[in-house]
Amino acid sequence: MTNEAPLIEVKNLKKYFGEKGGLFQRNVSVVKAVDDVSFQIHRGETFGLVGESGSGKSTIGKSILRLQSITEGEVLFDGKDVHKLSNAEMRNLRPKIQFIFQDPYSSLNPRIRVGDAIGEALLDHGLCEKHEVASKVKEVLEICGLSEYHMNRYPHEFSGGQRQRIGIARAIILQPEFIVADEPVSALDVSIQAQIINLFSKLQRDRNITFLFISHDLSVVEHLCSRIGVLYLGTMMELGSREQLYSNPLHPYTKALLSAVPIPDPTLKRERIILKGDIPNPANPPSGCKFHTRCPFATERCKVEVPEFKEVESGRFVACHLV
Amino acid sequence: MESSAVTLEKNKKLPRSSSLWRQIARRFLQNKMSLIGLAFLIFIILFSFIGPFFSPYVNLGVDPTNINQSPSAQHWLGTDKLGRDVLTRLMLAGRISLLVGLGAMVMSVVIGGVLGIISGFYRGIVDQIIMRIADVLMTLPGLPLLFIMAAILSEWKVPTEYRIYIVMLMLSIVGWPGLARLVRSQILSLSERQFMQATEALGLRDTRKLFKHLLPNIIPLLIVSGTLSVGGAILSESTLSFFGLGVVPPDASWGNMITSANSLLDFQKRPWLWVPPGLAIFLTVISINLLGDGLRDAIDPNMRRR
Repeated sequence: MTNEAPLIEVKNLKKYFGEKGGLFQRNVSVVKAVDDVSFQIHRGETFGLVGESGSGKSTIGKSILRLQSITEGEVLFDGKDVHKLSNAEMRNLRPKIQFIFQDPYSSLNPRIRVGDAIGEALLDHGLCEKHEVASKVKEVLEICGLSEYHMNRYPHEFSGGQRQRIGIARAIILQPEFIVADEPVSALDVSIQAQIINLFSKLQRDRNITFLFISHDLSVVEHLCSRIGVLYLGTMMELGSREQLYSNPLHPYTKALLSAVPIPDPTLKRERIILKGDIPNPANPPSGCKFHTRCPFATERCKVEVPEFKEVESGRFVACHLV
Repeated sequence: MESSAVTLEKNKKLPRSSSLWRQIARRFLQNKMSLIGLAFLIFIILFSFIGPFFSPYVNLGVDPTNINQSPSAQHWLGTDKLGRDVLTRLMLAGRISLLVGLGAMVMSVVIGGVLGIISGFYRGIVDQIIMRIADVLMTLPGLPLLFIMAAILSEWKVPTEYRIYIVMLMLSIVGWPGLARLVRSQILSLSERQFMQATEALGLRDTRKLFKHLLPNIIPLLIVSGTLSVGGAILSESTLSFFGLGVVPPDASWGNMITSANSLLDFQKRPWLWVPPGLAIFLTVISINLLGDGLRDAIDPNMRRR
């Protein structure tokens, strides 16, 4: 790891939903979508965030870009707390931090032609002259594997994969330093997924963009990410480099996840860890270690005591009593 | 891939998808019922606005020698109790009824649209205030409210030529809350769509979010509900005028022409006095509704199936 300051630093991030009960202050159960999560993303790296649905991955992504308020904690971008900026400062920061949405169908306005959708932010932020917009749009369309031929069409005339390319083009035209990609391939079918993943690798190579890549697909994350965090019910369970995590998972949850990744070789036999039950209701999470209800190795201690998220080797953190 | 930006200037003719409006027009033209509605509406408009130029009775007005004539070659729809030609009055009344309907619609769409957008977009306290006012207006029954407003206006002795504008205003006061709620809910649901979150992530200005992203998405809704509300406004105006509270004589409106049906003698013996304006209201409102339905189906083909 380099010693330079991280580009993104998330400190004790908490996001609780349903705190105040509207007009009459009813007691509504609180869902702790993100509960005390901390991590850093270094310049130029791709950080992967994995977890089941409902584990708080997207909430973290949106909180980092302030697309959502947070309950507690800090998100530092280049040393500045994103959630403490004024609206004007935030607007100036927006072009540098971009978001790629999960659903390519609803993330494009059906009434705006694709070329306008990609170019409008440039104009709105005054980042280039009006007559340059078309050529810039063309440039990013080509980077993303489309052509100027598509500029005057409406989103509904494109396939899911093409729309995701448009979403990516819209983000990179602003030349951001940091992009949060929120499950950008999970809505696409597998052959298209590969193309989009290759597009991401190309962007990593050519543009030195820092990514936060959110996914529930461990094989996708392995392909793209240099460091990975594993979330369970809004809490970080394990964090480490790709090599550390994939060759030697320490947390039982990580082990179970990795054992579930399909391998395209039917002759290869391996031990699968089958988790019992479903992910617990996040409004009523288990006591102690949140994973103890499904952990094959759980002990009495796990039910009572919350494990500390401790560094076991350099850059490697695990929250488990057994490690 | 090698070609630079310069080539873009040369081949300006990129394929351009036909705009969504053109697609809407195409779907609209396939709908027979709404075309019938549109055709009849055009006929009524021509009848009311061009028709009087062909009538010899426009400037004649009252003719004591020719009262209560039944339909004849000179007076196709007969004359009323002051000897005025009913056909000519029907045309002139059409002008006023259509204008009042249209004016009331424009006013309630503007008021309701603007307030609805403000409520939905800015939310918070502004939303609360606007929506509570709308709630109050919606809980009061419309017709009695109109009667009370009209009665107050009669007390103030407003000159007759201004009365139609005041009727428009009254109708839009009753009409805007529904529209504002509709627009607000549409804005709220659009705001939850990912493309609106994307405008946030791109850091676009509020003006661009409003005018480029939200407005184009609610204009179809405004067109459809606006069109349908013209019919309602014409009906309300007729009701008010029938009771002598809307457009008052000597100005003619379809509503105050039907007033003659109030007298038993006219009702039984002189149907030419009240059947034509009644039919005119009925057919105009039906064609407006057909047109509105057709527009709705053309703009959002999914709505019909719901």
